[in-house]
Amino acid sequence: MSAVLLEARAIGKRFGGVQALKDVSLTIREKEIYGLIGPNGAGKTTFFNVLTGLYTRDTGDVLFAGQPLELGSPYVVAQAGIARTFQNIRLFGNMTALENVMVGRHVRTQAGVFGAIFRTRAQREEEAAIKRRADELLHYVGIAHRAGALAKHLSYGDQRRLEIARALATEPKLLALDEPAAGMNATETVALRQLIEGLRADGLTVLLIEHDVKLIMGLCDRVAVLDYGEKIAEDVPAIVQRDPKVVEAYLGGGAND
Amino acid sequence: MDIFLQQIINGLTTGSVYAIVALGYTMVYGVIQLINFAHGEVVMIGAMTAFTVIMAVVGLGLPLPPALIVLLGVLAAVPVCMAIGYTLERVAYRPLRHAPRLAPLITAIGMSIILQHLALLIWGRDPRAFPQIMENASFAIGGAAISTVQIAIILMSVVLMAGLTWFVYRTRFGIAIRATAEDVRVAALMGVDANRVIAATFVIGAGLGAIAGVMVGTYYGIAHYTMGFTLGLKAFSAAVLGGIGNLAGAMLGGIVLGLVEALGTGYIGDLTDLCRWPLVGGMLAERCEADGHAILFGSNYQDVFAFLVLILVLVFRPSGLLGERVSERA
Repeated sequence: MSAVLLEARAIGKRFGGVQALKDVSLTIREKEIYGLIGPNGAGKTTFFNVLTGLYTRDTGDVLFAGQPLELGSPYVVAQAGIARTFQNIRLFGNMTALENVMVGRHVRTQAGVFGAIFRTRAQREEEAAIKRRADELLHYVGIAHRAGALAKHLSYGDQRRLEIARALATEPKLLALDEPAAGMNATETVALRQLIEGLRADGLTVLLIEHDVKLIMGLCDRVAVLDYGEKIAEDVPAIVQRDPKVVEAYLGGGAND
Repeated sequence: MDIFLQQIINGLTTGSVYAIVALGYTMVYGVIQLINFAHGEVVMIGAMTAFTVIMAVVGLGLPLPPALIVLLGVLAAVPVCMAIGYTLERVAYRPLRHAPRLAPLITAIGMSIILQHLALLIWGRDPRAFPQIMENASFAIGGAAISTVQIAIILMSVVLMAGLTWFVYRTRFGIAIRATAEDVRVAALMGVDANRVIAATFVIGAGLGAIAGVMVGTYYGIAHYTMGFTLGLKAFSAAVLGGIGNLAGAMLGGIVLGLVEALGTGYIGDLTDLCRWPLVGGMLAERCEADGHAILFGSNYQDVFAFLVLILVLVFRPSGLLGERVSERA
Protein backbone atom coordinates (compact mmCIF):
# COMPACT_ATOMS: atom_id res chain seq x y z
CA MET A 1 0.00 0.00 0.00
CA SER A 2 1.44 3.36 -0.99
CA ALA A 3 2.08 6.31 1.30
CA VAL A 4 -0.58 8.73 2.47
CA LEU A 5 -0.57 11.98 0.48
CA LEU A 6 -3.41 13.86 2.09
CA GLU A 7 -5.09 13.37 5.40
CA ALA A 8 -8.06 15.55 6.26
CA ARG A 9 -9.11 15.36 9.89
CA ALA A 10 -12.51 16.37 11.19
CA ILE A 11 -13.10 19.18 8.72
CA GLY A 12 -16.15 21.25 9.64
CA LYS A 13 -17.72 24.22 7.88
CA ARG A 14 -20.89 26.07 8.68
CA PHE A 15 -22.75 28.63 6.59
CA GLY A 16 -25.13 30.45 8.88
CA GLY A 17 -27.50 27.79 10.11
CA VAL A 18 -26.36 25.14 7.65
CA GLN A 19 -23.73 22.66 8.70
CA ALA A 20 -22.19 22.15 5.27
CA LEU A 21 -19.43 19.85 6.50
CA LYS A 22 -19.36 17.94 9.75
CA ASP A 23 -16.23 16.18 10.96
CA VAL A 24 -15.24 14.97 7.54
CA SER A 25 -12.06 12.92 7.69
CA LEU A 26 -10.54 11.16 4.76
CA THR A 27 -7.22 9.84 3.62
CA ILE A 28 -5.92 9.93 0.08
CA ARG A 29 -2.93 7.81 -0.85
CA GLU A 30 -0.32 8.57 -3.43
CA LYS A 31 -1.14 7.77 -7.06
CA GLU A 32 -4.68 6.97 -6.13
CA ILE A 33 -7.81 8.07 -7.95
CA TYR A 34 -10.08 8.98 -5.11
CA GLY A 35 -13.74 9.67 -5.73
CA LEU A 36 -15.95 11.94 -3.69
CA ILE A 37 -19.63 11.47 -4.35
CA GLY A 38 -22.91 12.37 -2.77
CA PRO A 39 -26.28 13.87 -3.59
CA ASN A 40 -26.60 17.53 -4.55
CA GLY A 41 -25.81 19.77 -1.63
CA ALA A 42 -23.99 17.02 0.27
CA GLY A 43 -20.94 19.27 0.71
CA LYS A 44 -18.60 17.93 -1.96
CA THR A 45 -17.75 21.27 -3.50
CA THR A 46 -17.56 22.90 -0.07
CA PHE A 47 -14.95 20.32 0.86
CA PHE A 48 -13.04 21.17 -2.31
CA ASN A 49 -13.23 24.86 -1.56
CA VAL A 50 -11.93 24.38 1.95
CA LEU A 51 -9.17 22.13 0.73
CA THR A 52 -8.01 24.54 -1.96
CA GLY A 53 -8.14 27.59 0.26
CA LEU A 54 -11.14 29.35 -1.23
CA TYR A 55 -13.09 28.93 2.01
CA THR A 56 -11.77 29.05 5.52
CA ARG A 57 -12.75 26.09 7.66
CA ASP A 58 -14.31 26.15 11.10
CA THR A 59 -12.73 22.99 12.47
CA GLY A 60 -10.23 20.33 11.55
CA ASP A 61 -6.89 20.31 9.84
CA VAL A 62 -5.16 18.82 6.85
CA LEU A 63 -1.85 17.06 6.51
CA PHE A 64 -0.47 17.18 3.00
CA ALA A 65 2.63 15.19 2.10
CA GLY A 66 3.33 14.93 5.82
CA GLN A 67 3.14 18.68 6.42
CA PRO A 68 0.28 20.60 8.01
CA LEU A 69 -1.40 22.58 5.26
CA GLU A 70 -2.20 26.18 6.02
CA LEU A 71 -5.73 26.44 4.68
CA GLY A 72 -7.51 29.63 3.76
CA SER A 73 -4.85 30.91 1.41
CA PRO A 74 -5.19 29.73 -2.20
CA TYR A 75 -1.65 30.79 -2.99
CA VAL A 76 -0.12 28.68 -0.24
CA VAL A 77 -2.27 25.69 -1.10
CA ALA A 78 -1.21 25.96 -4.75
CA GLN A 79 2.41 26.17 -3.72
CA ALA A 80 2.08 23.11 -1.50
CA GLY A 81 0.98 21.15 -4.56
CA ILE A 82 -2.79 21.03 -4.79
CA ALA A 83 -4.43 22.19 -7.99
CA ARG A 84 -8.05 22.13 -8.98
CA THR A 85 -10.61 22.66 -11.68
CA PHE A 86 -14.08 24.08 -11.25
CA GLN A 87 -17.55 22.66 -11.66
CA ASN A 88 -18.62 25.85 -13.40
CA ILE A 89 -15.57 26.41 -15.58
CA ARG A 90 -13.53 29.40 -14.44
CA LEU A 91 -11.01 30.07 -17.14
CA PHE A 92 -9.59 33.49 -17.96
CA GLY A 93 -11.98 33.92 -20.87
CA ASN A 94 -10.30 36.84 -22.56
CA MET A 95 -6.89 35.24 -22.58
CA THR A 96 -5.65 32.63 -25.02
CA ALA A 97 -5.50 28.96 -24.13
CA LEU A 98 -1.71 29.17 -24.01
CA GLU A 99 -1.79 32.21 -21.72
CA ASN A 100 -4.21 30.46 -19.39
CA VAL A 101 -1.73 27.65 -18.94
CA MET A 102 1.16 30.09 -18.58
CA VAL A 103 -0.61 31.68 -15.62
CA GLY A 104 -0.48 28.30 -13.95
CA ARG A 105 3.31 28.37 -14.13
CA HIS A 106 3.39 31.37 -11.81
CA VAL A 107 3.37 29.25 -8.73
CA ARG A 108 6.68 27.62 -9.68
CA THR A 109 8.49 30.65 -11.07
CA GLN A 110 9.42 34.13 -9.99
CA ALA A 111 8.08 36.84 -12.26
CA GLY A 112 9.03 40.35 -11.28
CA VAL A 113 7.94 43.63 -12.80
CA PHE A 114 11.47 44.79 -13.36
CA GLY A 115 12.62 41.47 -14.67
CA ALA A 116 9.74 41.58 -17.12
CA ILE A 117 10.70 45.04 -18.31
CA PHE A 118 14.45 44.75 -18.44
CA ARG A 119 14.45 41.21 -19.74
CA THR A 120 17.59 39.78 -18.35
CA ARG A 121 18.90 36.68 -20.03
CA ALA A 122 17.67 34.49 -17.20
CA GLN A 123 14.24 36.07 -17.51
CA ARG A 124 14.03 35.43 -21.22
CA GLU A 125 15.10 31.84 -20.77
CA GLU A 126 12.60 31.27 -18.00
CA GLU A 127 9.86 32.81 -20.09
CA ALA A 128 10.74 30.61 -23.04
CA ALA A 129 10.71 27.57 -20.76
CA ILE A 130 7.29 28.53 -19.46
CA LYS A 131 5.92 28.85 -22.96
CA ARG A 132 7.42 25.51 -23.93
CA ARG A 133 5.98 23.80 -20.88
CA ALA A 134 2.57 25.36 -21.51
CA ASP A 135 2.69 24.10 -25.06
CA GLU A 136 3.53 20.60 -23.86
CA LEU A 137 0.62 20.63 -21.47
CA LEU A 138 -1.79 21.69 -24.20
CA HIS A 139 -0.47 18.78 -26.25
CA TYR A 140 -0.88 16.49 -23.28
CA VAL A 141 -4.57 17.28 -22.87
CA GLY A 142 -5.03 17.28 -26.62
CA ILE A 143 -5.88 20.88 -27.47
CA ALA A 144 -2.54 22.13 -28.80
CA HIS A 145 -4.21 23.17 -32.04
CA ARG A 146 -6.28 25.70 -30.09
CA ALA A 147 -3.34 27.33 -28.29
CA GLY A 148 -3.91 30.76 -29.79
CA ALA A 149 -7.69 30.84 -29.36
CA LEU A 150 -9.33 32.83 -26.60
CA ALA A 151 -10.49 30.51 -23.85
CA LYS A 152 -14.07 31.72 -24.12
CA HIS A 153 -14.16 30.64 -27.76
CA LEU A 154 -13.23 27.02 -27.04
CA SER A 155 -15.82 24.28 -27.09
CA TYR A 156 -17.13 23.08 -23.77
CA GLY A 157 -15.11 19.88 -23.73
CA ASP A 158 -11.96 21.78 -24.71
CA GLN A 159 -12.56 24.29 -21.92
CA ARG A 160 -12.62 21.43 -19.43
CA ARG A 161 -9.36 20.12 -20.87
CA LEU A 162 -7.83 23.56 -20.72
CA GLU A 163 -8.74 23.83 -17.05
CA ILE A 164 -6.94 20.56 -16.43
CA ALA A 165 -3.90 21.76 -18.37
CA ARG A 166 -3.86 25.00 -16.39
CA ALA A 167 -4.07 23.06 -13.12
CA LEU A 168 -1.27 20.74 -14.25
CA ALA A 169 0.92 23.75 -14.97
CA THR A 170 1.20 24.35 -11.23
CA GLU A 171 2.94 20.96 -10.97
CA PRO A 172 0.53 19.59 -8.41
CA LYS A 173 0.96 16.40 -6.43
CA LEU A 174 -2.79 16.26 -6.05
CA LEU A 175 -5.16 17.25 -8.81
CA ALA A 176 -8.70 17.93 -7.65
CA LEU A 177 -11.33 17.74 -10.38
CA ASP A 178 -14.77 19.14 -9.62
CA GLU A 179 -17.28 17.32 -11.85
CA PRO A 180 -15.04 17.20 -14.90
CA ALA A 181 -17.55 15.17 -16.90
CA ALA A 182 -20.47 17.52 -16.25
CA GLY A 183 -22.08 18.41 -19.54
CA MET A 184 -19.87 16.11 -21.58
CA ASN A 185 -21.25 13.69 -24.12
CA ALA A 186 -20.37 9.97 -24.10
CA THR A 187 -17.38 10.30 -26.44
CA GLU A 188 -15.95 13.21 -24.47
CA THR A 189 -16.41 11.29 -21.23
CA VAL A 190 -14.48 8.33 -22.56
CA ALA A 191 -11.66 10.63 -23.63
CA LEU A 192 -11.71 12.30 -20.22
CA ARG A 193 -11.46 8.95 -18.54
CA GLN A 194 -8.41 8.10 -20.60
CA LEU A 195 -6.89 11.44 -19.71
CA ILE A 196 -7.38 10.89 -15.98
CA GLU A 197 -5.96 7.38 -16.17
CA GLY A 198 -3.00 8.79 -18.05
CA LEU A 199 -2.46 11.35 -15.28
CA ARG A 200 -2.31 8.63 -12.69
CA ALA A 201 0.03 6.60 -14.83
CA ASP A 202 2.28 9.67 -14.88
CA GLY A 203 2.41 9.65 -11.10
CA LEU A 204 -0.33 12.06 -10.14
CA THR A 205 -2.90 11.61 -7.41
CA VAL A 206 -6.43 12.57 -8.42
CA LEU A 207 -9.34 13.62 -6.27
CA LEU A 208 -12.54 13.47 -8.24
CA ILE A 209 -15.99 14.82 -7.52
CA GLU A 210 -18.44 13.39 -9.97
CA HIS A 211 -22.11 12.80 -10.53
CA ASP A 212 -21.52 10.27 -13.27
CA VAL A 213 -21.66 7.14 -11.13
CA LYS A 214 -20.48 4.89 -13.93
CA LEU A 215 -17.39 7.02 -14.41
CA ILE A 216 -16.63 7.08 -10.69
CA MET A 217 -17.14 3.36 -10.18
CA GLY A 218 -15.08 2.46 -13.21
CA LEU A 219 -12.25 4.87 -12.58
CA CYS A 220 -11.72 5.27 -8.84
CA ASP A 221 -9.62 3.13 -6.56
CA ARG A 222 -11.55 4.26 -3.54
CA VAL A 223 -14.67 6.32 -3.02
CA ALA A 224 -16.01 8.39 -0.14
CA VAL A 225 -19.67 9.28 0.07
CA LEU A 226 -20.90 12.50 1.63
CA ASP A 227 -24.49 13.05 2.70
CA TYR A 228 -25.68 16.18 4.50
CA GLY A 229 -22.08 17.16 5.16
CA GLU A 230 -21.10 13.88 6.77
CA LYS A 231 -19.05 11.03 5.43
CA ILE A 232 -21.26 7.96 5.39
CA ALA A 233 -18.96 5.54 3.60
CA GLU A 234 -15.40 5.16 2.32
CA ASP A 235 -14.10 2.10 0.52
CA VAL A 236 -13.44 0.52 -2.85
CA PRO A 237 -16.26 1.17 -5.33
CA ALA A 238 -17.61 -2.38 -5.30
CA ILE A 239 -18.22 -2.25 -1.56
CA VAL A 240 -19.47 1.33 -1.41
CA GLN A 241 -21.91 0.46 -4.16
CA ARG A 242 -23.53 -2.18 -1.95
CA ASP A 243 -23.50 -0.17 1.26
CA PRO A 244 -27.17 0.15 2.30
CA LYS A 245 -26.64 3.68 3.68
CA VAL A 246 -25.17 4.79 0.38
CA VAL A 247 -27.88 3.11 -1.60
CA GLU A 248 -30.46 4.91 0.45
CA ALA A 249 -28.78 8.29 0.41
CA TYR A 250 -27.54 8.51 -3.08
CA LEU A 251 -27.71 5.70 -5.51
CA GLY A 252 -31.36 4.91 -4.99
CA GLY A 253 -32.94 1.48 -5.21
CA GLY A 254 -32.38 1.07 -8.93
CA ALA A 255 -28.64 1.49 -8.93
CA ASN A 256 -27.85 -2.12 -8.18
CA ASP A 257 -29.59 -3.53 -11.18
CA MET B 1 -4.88 79.90 -40.07
CA ASP B 2 -6.80 76.70 -40.43
CA ILE B 3 -8.73 76.45 -37.17
CA PHE B 4 -9.88 72.92 -37.81
CA LEU B 5 -6.42 71.47 -38.38
CA GLN B 6 -4.96 73.53 -35.57
CA GLN B 7 -7.52 72.27 -33.10
CA ILE B 8 -6.93 68.71 -34.26
CA ILE B 9 -3.26 69.14 -33.40
CA ASN B 10 -4.05 70.72 -30.05
CA GLY B 11 -6.63 68.05 -29.35
CA LEU B 12 -4.20 65.26 -30.13
CA THR B 13 -1.73 66.80 -27.70
CA THR B 14 -4.08 67.16 -24.75
CA GLY B 15 -5.78 63.91 -25.74
CA SER B 16 -2.45 62.08 -25.46
CA VAL B 17 -2.03 63.40 -21.95
CA TYR B 18 -5.59 62.41 -21.02
CA ALA B 19 -4.96 58.96 -22.44
CA ILE B 20 -1.82 58.45 -20.34
CA VAL B 21 -3.60 59.60 -17.18
CA ALA B 22 -6.71 57.55 -18.06
CA LEU B 23 -4.55 54.42 -18.23
CA GLY B 24 -3.82 54.85 -14.54
CA TYR B 25 -7.52 54.91 -13.71
CA THR B 26 -8.42 52.05 -15.97
CA MET B 27 -5.63 49.69 -14.90
CA VAL B 28 -6.54 49.98 -11.25
CA TYR B 29 -10.24 49.68 -12.02
CA GLY B 30 -9.65 46.65 -14.20
CA VAL B 31 -7.93 44.78 -11.40
CA ILE B 32 -9.84 45.79 -8.26
CA GLN B 33 -12.87 47.75 -9.54
CA LEU B 34 -11.80 50.82 -7.63
CA ILE B 35 -11.89 54.37 -8.97
CA ASN B 36 -8.67 55.79 -7.60
CA PHE B 37 -9.77 59.40 -7.38
CA ALA B 38 -6.40 60.37 -5.97
CA HIS B 39 -4.77 59.62 -9.32
CA GLY B 40 -5.18 63.19 -10.56
CA GLU B 41 -3.23 64.42 -7.53
CA VAL B 42 -0.46 61.95 -8.28
CA VAL B 43 -0.19 63.56 -11.70
CA MET B 44 -0.05 66.99 -10.07
CA ILE B 45 2.71 65.90 -7.72
CA GLY B 46 4.59 64.57 -10.73
CA ALA B 47 4.40 68.00 -12.33
CA MET B 48 5.41 69.74 -9.10
CA THR B 49 8.36 67.44 -8.44
CA ALA B 50 9.61 67.90 -11.97
CA PHE B 51 9.19 71.65 -11.56
CA THR B 52 11.38 71.67 -8.44
CA VAL B 53 14.08 69.56 -10.05
CA ILE B 54 14.07 71.53 -13.28
CA MET B 55 14.31 74.82 -11.38
CA ALA B 56 17.19 73.47 -9.33
CA VAL B 57 19.08 72.22 -12.36
CA VAL B 58 18.49 75.46 -14.24
CA GLY B 59 19.67 77.33 -11.15
CA LEU B 60 23.00 75.52 -11.33
CA GLY B 61 23.53 77.19 -14.65
CA LEU B 62 25.19 74.18 -16.26
CA PRO B 63 25.27 74.14 -20.04
CA LEU B 64 22.93 71.19 -20.33
CA PRO B 65 20.61 70.71 -23.28
CA PRO B 66 17.01 71.64 -22.30
CA ALA B 67 15.62 68.24 -23.23
CA LEU B 68 18.06 66.63 -20.79
CA ILE B 69 16.92 68.95 -18.01
CA VAL B 70 13.30 68.02 -18.61
CA LEU B 71 14.33 64.38 -18.67
CA LEU B 72 15.96 64.83 -15.26
CA GLY B 73 12.63 66.23 -14.08
CA VAL B 74 10.88 63.14 -15.38
CA LEU B 75 13.44 60.84 -13.79
CA ALA B 76 12.78 62.49 -10.44
CA ALA B 77 8.99 62.63 -10.78
CA VAL B 78 8.50 59.00 -11.79
CA PRO B 79 9.95 57.33 -8.68
CA VAL B 80 8.32 59.90 -6.39
CA CYS B 81 4.89 59.22 -7.90
CA MET B 82 5.48 55.47 -7.94
CA ALA B 83 6.22 55.62 -4.23
CA ILE B 84 3.04 57.61 -3.66
CA GLY B 85 1.01 55.16 -5.75
CA TYR B 86 2.42 52.25 -3.78
CA THR B 87 1.78 53.97 -0.46
CA LEU B 88 -1.80 54.80 -1.43
CA GLU B 89 -2.52 51.18 -2.21
CA ARG B 90 -0.75 49.83 0.82
CA VAL B 91 -2.06 52.30 3.39
CA ALA B 92 -5.42 53.44 2.10
CA TYR B 93 -6.90 50.78 -0.15
CA ARG B 94 -5.51 47.39 0.83
CA PRO B 95 -7.06 47.43 4.31
CA LEU B 96 -10.40 48.08 2.60
CA ARG B 97 -10.04 45.40 -0.07
CA HIS B 98 -12.99 43.45 1.26
CA ALA B 99 -15.01 46.39 2.56
CA PRO B 100 -18.18 47.57 0.82
CA ARG B 101 -17.30 49.39 -2.38
CA LEU B 102 -18.31 52.79 -1.11
CA ALA B 103 -15.61 52.75 1.58
CA PRO B 104 -12.56 52.70 -0.70
CA LEU B 105 -14.24 55.21 -3.00
CA ILE B 106 -14.65 57.73 -0.20
CA THR B 107 -11.16 56.93 1.02
CA ALA B 108 -9.90 57.76 -2.47
CA ILE B 109 -11.53 61.17 -2.29
CA GLY B 110 -9.95 61.66 1.13
CA MET B 111 -6.53 60.70 -0.21
CA SER B 112 -7.02 63.17 -3.03
CA ILE B 113 -7.66 65.97 -0.54
CA ILE B 114 -4.68 64.95 1.58
CA LEU B 115 -2.31 64.89 -1.38
CA GLN B 116 -3.60 68.22 -2.64
CA HIS B 117 -2.97 69.87 0.69
CA LEU B 118 0.41 68.26 1.08
CA ALA B 119 1.29 69.87 -2.23
CA LEU B 120 -0.13 73.14 -0.96
CA LEU B 121 2.18 72.95 2.04
CA ILE B 122 5.23 72.07 -0.01
CA TRP B 123 4.82 74.23 -3.09
CA GLY B 124 2.54 76.97 -1.88
CA ARG B 125 -0.68 78.31 -3.26
CA ASP B 126 0.66 80.31 -6.16
CA PRO B 127 0.86 78.80 -9.62
CA ARG B 128 4.42 77.76 -10.39
CA ALA B 129 5.68 78.82 -13.78
CA PHE B 130 7.62 76.08 -15.51
CA PRO B 131 10.81 77.61 -16.87
CA GLN B 132 10.42 77.76 -20.61
CA ILE B 133 13.72 76.17 -21.39
CA MET B 134 12.58 74.04 -24.28
CA GLU B 135 13.19 75.93 -27.45
CA ASN B 136 9.63 75.98 -28.65
CA ALA B 137 10.01 76.03 -32.39
CA SER B 138 6.90 75.66 -34.50
CA PHE B 139 6.50 73.91 -37.77
CA ALA B 140 3.82 74.88 -40.23
CA ILE B 141 1.71 72.09 -41.62
CA GLY B 142 -1.16 72.86 -43.94
CA GLY B 143 -2.06 76.22 -42.45
CA ALA B 144 -1.61 75.15 -38.86
CA ALA B 145 1.34 75.08 -36.50
CA ILE B 146 2.74 72.29 -34.40
CA SER B 147 5.34 72.98 -31.75
CA THR B 148 8.25 70.82 -30.73
CA VAL B 149 6.67 70.36 -27.30
CA GLN B 150 3.49 69.08 -28.93
CA ILE B 151 5.46 66.70 -31.11
CA ALA B 152 7.38 65.48 -28.07
CA ILE B 153 4.19 64.92 -26.06
CA ILE B 154 2.46 63.00 -28.81
CA LEU B 155 5.50 60.84 -29.60
CA MET B 156 6.17 60.15 -25.95
CA SER B 157 2.55 59.11 -25.41
CA VAL B 158 2.65 56.74 -28.34
CA VAL B 159 5.82 55.16 -26.94
CA LEU B 160 4.28 54.82 -23.48
CA MET B 161 1.05 53.33 -24.79
CA ALA B 162 2.92 50.87 -26.99
CA GLY B 163 5.19 49.98 -24.10
CA LEU B 164 2.33 49.36 -21.72
CA THR B 165 0.46 47.28 -24.28
CA TRP B 166 3.56 45.19 -24.84
CA PHE B 167 4.05 44.79 -21.12
CA VAL B 168 0.48 43.72 -20.43
CA TYR B 169 0.07 41.43 -23.44
CA ARG B 170 3.52 40.03 -23.97
CA THR B 171 5.20 39.58 -20.62
CA ARG B 172 4.56 37.08 -17.90
CA PHE B 173 3.79 39.73 -15.34
CA GLY B 174 1.32 41.22 -17.79
CA ILE B 175 -0.38 37.86 -18.10
CA ALA B 176 -0.63 37.75 -14.30
CA ILE B 177 -2.21 41.21 -14.32
CA ARG B 178 -4.82 40.19 -16.86
CA ALA B 179 -5.53 36.94 -15.03
CA THR B 180 -6.04 38.84 -11.78
CA ALA B 181 -8.32 41.29 -13.54
CA GLU B 182 -10.50 38.45 -14.80
CA ASP B 183 -10.70 36.40 -11.64
CA VAL B 184 -8.68 37.26 -8.55
CA ARG B 185 -9.37 34.03 -6.72
CA VAL B 186 -8.60 31.68 -9.54
CA ALA B 187 -5.46 33.66 -10.33
CA ALA B 188 -4.45 33.18 -6.71
CA LEU B 189 -5.07 29.44 -7.03
CA MET B 190 -2.64 29.46 -9.93
CA GLY B 191 -0.02 30.99 -7.70
CA VAL B 192 -0.42 34.61 -8.75
CA ASP B 193 0.25 36.84 -5.77
CA ALA B 194 -2.71 39.21 -6.03
CA ASN B 195 -1.22 41.76 -3.64
CA ARG B 196 1.87 42.13 -5.78
CA VAL B 197 -0.16 42.44 -8.95
CA ILE B 198 -2.46 45.06 -7.46
CA ALA B 199 0.44 47.05 -6.03
CA ALA B 200 2.12 46.87 -9.44
CA THR B 201 -0.88 48.34 -11.23
CA PHE B 202 -0.85 51.28 -8.83
CA VAL B 203 2.87 51.79 -9.27
CA ILE B 204 2.75 51.56 -13.06
CA GLY B 205 -0.27 53.87 -13.26
CA ALA B 206 1.44 56.40 -11.00
CA GLY B 207 4.62 56.26 -13.05
CA LEU B 208 2.65 57.00 -16.21
CA GLY B 209 0.83 59.76 -14.33
CA ALA B 210 4.14 61.35 -13.35
CA ILE B 211 5.20 61.55 -16.97
CA ALA B 212 1.80 62.98 -17.89
CA GLY B 213 2.26 65.59 -15.18
CA VAL B 214 5.56 66.72 -16.65
CA MET B 215 3.92 66.86 -20.08
CA VAL B 216 1.12 69.09 -18.83
CA GLY B 217 3.53 71.34 -16.96
CA THR B 218 5.77 71.75 -19.98
CA TYR B 219 2.85 72.25 -22.35
CA TYR B 220 0.95 74.88 -20.38
CA GLY B 221 4.08 76.24 -18.72
CA ILE B 222 2.40 76.20 -15.36
CA ALA B 223 1.81 73.91 -12.39
CA HIS B 224 -0.58 74.45 -9.52
CA TYR B 225 -1.59 72.36 -6.55
CA THR B 226 -5.19 72.14 -7.77
CA MET B 227 -4.32 71.18 -11.34
CA GLY B 228 -4.79 67.48 -10.63
CA PHE B 229 -8.47 67.79 -9.87
CA THR B 230 -9.83 68.87 -13.25
CA LEU B 231 -7.21 66.92 -15.13
CA GLY B 232 -8.04 63.82 -13.13
CA LEU B 233 -11.77 64.20 -13.71
CA LYS B 234 -11.23 64.65 -17.43
CA ALA B 235 -8.97 61.62 -17.65
CA PHE B 236 -11.52 59.66 -15.66
CA SER B 237 -14.17 60.77 -18.17
CA ALA B 238 -11.87 59.57 -20.92
CA ALA B 239 -11.50 56.18 -19.24
CA VAL B 240 -15.28 55.88 -18.93
CA LEU B 241 -15.72 57.02 -22.52
CA GLY B 242 -13.43 54.25 -23.71
CA GLY B 243 -14.88 51.66 -21.37
CA ILE B 244 -13.36 51.61 -17.92
CA GLY B 245 -11.11 48.67 -17.27
CA ASN B 246 -10.14 48.48 -20.92
CA LEU B 247 -6.62 49.61 -21.84
CA ALA B 248 -7.27 50.31 -25.50
CA GLY B 249 -10.46 52.06 -24.40
CA ALA B 250 -8.56 54.45 -22.16
CA MET B 251 -6.20 55.34 -24.99
CA LEU B 252 -9.02 55.84 -27.48
CA GLY B 253 -11.17 57.68 -24.93
CA GLY B 254 -8.33 60.07 -24.09
CA ILE B 255 -7.66 60.96 -27.71
CA VAL B 256 -11.36 61.33 -28.56
CA LEU B 257 -11.95 63.48 -25.50
CA GLY B 258 -8.99 65.70 -26.35
CA LEU B 259 -10.28 66.15 -29.90
CA VAL B 260 -13.86 66.85 -28.79
CA GLU B 261 -12.62 69.38 -26.29
CA ALA B 262 -10.29 71.13 -28.73
CA LEU B 263 -12.79 71.25 -31.56
CA GLY B 264 -15.59 72.28 -29.23
CA THR B 265 -13.49 75.07 -27.80
CA GLY B 266 -12.41 76.12 -31.26
CA TYR B 267 -15.89 76.43 -32.64
CA ILE B 268 -18.17 77.19 -29.74
CA GLY B 269 -17.56 80.92 -30.02
CA ASP B 270 -18.55 81.03 -33.67
CA LEU B 271 -21.47 78.69 -33.20
CA THR B 272 -22.96 80.66 -30.35
CA ASP B 273 -22.35 84.05 -31.92
CA LEU B 274 -25.91 85.39 -31.86
CA CYS B 275 -25.17 87.83 -34.65
CA ARG B 276 -24.88 84.88 -36.99
CA TRP B 277 -28.26 83.52 -36.06
CA PRO B 278 -30.76 84.97 -38.51
CA LEU B 279 -33.64 85.55 -36.15
CA VAL B 280 -31.87 86.61 -32.98
CA GLY B 281 -29.23 88.46 -34.97
CA GLY B 282 -31.88 90.82 -36.25
CA MET B 283 -33.03 91.60 -32.75
CA LEU B 284 -29.51 92.38 -31.66
CA ALA B 285 -28.68 94.30 -34.82
CA GLU B 286 -27.55 97.36 -32.94
CA ARG B 287 -25.08 95.54 -30.73
CA CYS B 288 -23.81 93.45 -33.61
CA GLU B 289 -23.15 96.63 -35.54
CA ALA B 290 -21.08 97.94 -32.68
CA ASP B 291 -19.13 94.84 -31.54
CA GLY B 292 -19.33 92.67 -34.60
CA HIS B 293 -20.30 89.70 -32.41
CA ALA B 294 -22.45 88.70 -29.45
CA ILE B 295 -20.94 85.44 -28.26
CA LEU B 296 -22.99 83.41 -25.83
CA PHE B 297 -20.40 80.82 -24.87
CA GLY B 298 -16.72 81.54 -25.37
CA SER B 299 -13.68 79.29 -25.27
CA ASN B 300 -13.64 79.63 -21.48
CA TYR B 301 -16.30 76.94 -21.59
CA GLN B 302 -13.54 74.50 -22.52
CA ASP B 303 -14.02 72.31 -19.46
CA VAL B 304 -17.69 71.74 -20.22
CA PHE B 305 -17.04 69.40 -23.10
CA ALA B 306 -15.32 66.64 -21.18
CA PHE B 307 -18.18 66.42 -18.74
CA LEU B 308 -20.79 66.72 -21.46
CA VAL B 309 -19.16 63.70 -23.06
CA LEU B 310 -19.15 61.90 -19.71
CA ILE B 311 -22.87 62.52 -19.26
CA LEU B 312 -23.70 61.43 -22.80
CA VAL B 313 -21.69 58.23 -22.41
CA LEU B 314 -23.31 57.40 -19.10
CA VAL B 315 -26.75 57.92 -20.59
CA PHE B 316 -26.34 56.24 -23.96
CA ARG B 317 -23.46 53.80 -23.66
CA PRO B 318 -22.51 53.21 -20.04
CA SER B 319 -20.12 50.42 -20.97
CA GLY B 320 -18.07 52.87 -23.06
CA LEU B 321 -16.81 52.71 -26.63
CA LEU B 322 -14.82 49.50 -26.25
CA GLY B 323 -16.26 48.17 -23.02
CA GLU B 324 -18.04 44.88 -22.99
CA ARG B 325 -21.62 44.76 -21.99
CA VAL B 326 -21.57 43.78 -18.38
CA SER B 327 -23.62 40.72 -17.67
CA GLU B 328 -24.31 39.03 -14.40
CA ARG B 329 -21.92 36.24 -13.70
CA ALA B 330 -23.43 32.80 -13.54
